[in-house]
Amino acid sequence: MTSLVFENVRLIDPASGRDTPGRLVVQNGKIAGYDTHEAPKGAQIIDGQGAVLCPGLVDMRVSLGEPGTEYRENIHSGAQAAVAGGITSLAVLPDTDPSIDTPALVHYITKRGEETNMVSLHPYGALTRHCAGKEMAEIGLLKQAGAVAFSDGARAISDAKQMRNLLAYSRFLDALIVLHPEEPTLARGGCATGSELAVRLGLPQIPAAAEAMMVARDLRLAEMTGARIHFAHISTGEALDLIRQAKAKNIRVTCDTAPPYFSMTEDAIGDFRTYAKLSPPLREEHDRQAVLAALADGTIDVIASDHVPADADDKRLPFAHARAGGTGLATLLGVTLEANLPLIEALRLLTSAPAQLLGLEAGTLAIGKKADLCLFDPEAKWTVTAGSMPGLAQNTPFDGRVLKGKVLRTFHRGREVYTAPHLLKDAH
Amino acid sequence: MSVRRHNVHLLGIEGMQPNDITPFLDLAESYALLSRSRNAPRDILQGRTVINLFFENSTRTRTSFELAGKRLGADVVNMSVSTSSVSKGETLLDTAATLNAMHCDLLVVRHDQSGAPSLLSQKVEASVVNAGDGMHEHPTQALLDALTIRRHFNRLDGLTIAICGDVSHSRVARSNIHLLRAMGSKIRLVGPPTLLPSAFAKMEGVTLYHDMDKALKGVDVAMCLRVQRERMGSGLVPSAREYFSLFGLDRRRLSLAKSHALVMHPGPMNRGIEIASDVADSPQSVISEQVEMGVAVRMAVLDRLSRMQSPS
Repeated sequence: MTSLVFENVRLIDPASGRDTPGRLVVQNGKIAGYDTHEAPKGAQIIDGQGAVLCPGLVDMRVSLGEPGTEYRENIHSGAQAAVAGGITSLAVLPDTDPSIDTPALVHYITKRGEETNMVSLHPYGALTRHCAGKEMAEIGLLKQAGAVAFSDGARAISDAKQMRNLLAYSRFLDALIVLHPEEPTLARGGCATGSELAVRLGLPQIPAAAEAMMVARDLRLAEMTGARIHFAHISTGEALDLIRQAKAKNIRVTCDTAPPYFSMTEDAIGDFRTYAKLSPPLREEHDRQAVLAALADGTIDVIASDHVPADADDKRLPFAHARAGGTGLATLLGVTLEANLPLIEALRLLTSAPAQLLGLEAGTLAIGKKADLCLFDPEAKWTVTAGSMPGLAQNTPFDGRVLKGKVLRTFHRGREVYTAPHLLKDAH
Repeated sequence: MSVRRHNVHLLGIEGMQPNDITPFLDLAESYALLSRSRNAPRDILQGRTVINLFFENSTRTRTSFELAGKRLGADVVNMSVSTSSVSKGETLLDTAATLNAMHCDLLVVRHDQSGAPSLLSQKVEASVVNAGDGMHEHPTQALLDALTIRRHFNRLDGLTIAICGDVSHSRVARSNIHLLRAMGSKIRLVGPPTLLPSAFAKMEGVTLYHDMDKALKGVDVAMCLRVQRERMGSGLVPSAREYFSLFGLDRRRLSLAKSHALVMHPGPMNRGIEIASDVADSPQSVISEQVEMGVAVRMAVLDRLSRMQSPS
């Protein structure tokens, strides 16, 4: 196996707090040492020219179309999009067709991930059978098979008693329960946040309070049962206030948000732009500000892409009928760098924080660990262009946006799995 | 792919300024006179094709557009597509491709989904006229309402207009709010909270009421909205009789408005639910005139859009 030496890089390892100019040596697919470590014979030398070298990003909320809707995205195309965004570990949601609710399917997803030879794929297990919100899935067996956490994907469990049982049961397995916090009966039929804009557009609405109501219920149930819960893609200030209070009370709760919720508002759906139709819906400016504040004060633990692939036909529909969701793998780093966080803190939310939450050996530059690495230029700009993004799905809500922070090279277990096109040209 | 023409559409009133609106009203006014004298010029749209594409049933609006097109000499074709029988979205874009192949010049669209005409306008070569989309807009209705009001008051600014009933689900209300605000009228919206989104209160010149008597006091126009029977007992309103009792426009309530106040309704009416029969048939009612102005306004819209089209 080849060895690598990264010269002239800015090493940022949020797990250890390291942020220094220096050098990194990789041997046998693992991190071998730093600055003074001797270069192995025949090692490939990569001159970083001052670029940042950090752990490969860990994205804890990704939907891929496999199995079931491979025309939108499959595991291979999703992996290509991921590595182009510097992501080397992905936790993939179980609300596929079929749902990942048996140990065999957990093994299948893991194996399909290995076959990509680009990324480490970590399956979620279904929380309920078929992710339908009713009977409990085999959480224990799924966990043994390698499911990193449990979720019904983009579906919330309506029945409070059933939720209580699920949380109570999950506790003895120490399973992490990842929730889509949206009161389904209040959100029913809605497709835009409750606001003046939605009223003017004549679109059925999902009030911001639908998120806070579900967060309030599930925090209370987590407190009753002692379960470990995580709220995905938090989008409202009211929900964040509840989570902040719960953390102060030592309830076992964490949460993430996705880039659209701190970098866009509902204005993006003006003129019925379906590419900005997301779940939860894009909110008003005060909620966006609240998400930024919660990133700054640590209430939000992780940033995840919430990558949801759609094809053109899914989106070329009247707004209420269009599929909700946007791609996010290739833009995760660039948009996160806009969140006004110190660079090492932004990278922590994308690397060590999700890795620790899911218990993955990833998101670290510690010696002896797998060399999953991302080399990026934090100052270089690029333009997001739907239609020429890596991967199959092209439904980015950030079309036309100029982002700062360009991934140059991505390494998975010491193997280069992505090279920016302009670097390939230089080689010839 | 054929070369796209960049045509002008009428998708909604929102964003239109008085100098965008007034030319439609002025031209419609002249068409109203010509129609009465049965002297409409039959050659204005000669050789042009107007397709009425209705994904939702509406005999009145479709007939009004059909008559408008025919009075101007256009070839008018009606296409009714049921949204329930076909899978929703495919139909819309498949239809767009079909219409392009037919070389349609003006496309009148009604759809039960907000934004559907906007989506269609991105895909068809014809100029699109929104004939009502979901809960979004119904621009020709607002134009005909404005024309009717203007004929009686000789102005639109400085009037106080009450829009009564199911504002929440009404595209007629939305288009009227945008148009009348732009022209300088004051608007009062009145209805039960379940049918009256509080977000409208954020608009300048708009005031919300839940008390019909207070809302009607001193207004120049009382505009009723149709309330769908299926809203009754659905959790939004308890019953038709409670609705009529609290929000129906009856003779006593009308007497609270100015003595010259107009009574308007976009039709079709639910007599005894949102409006009392004797009020609908009273001398203050201009409901028939609205229908007449509807044809004139649609003639003006088809005419102006066709003139504004870039050459193919």
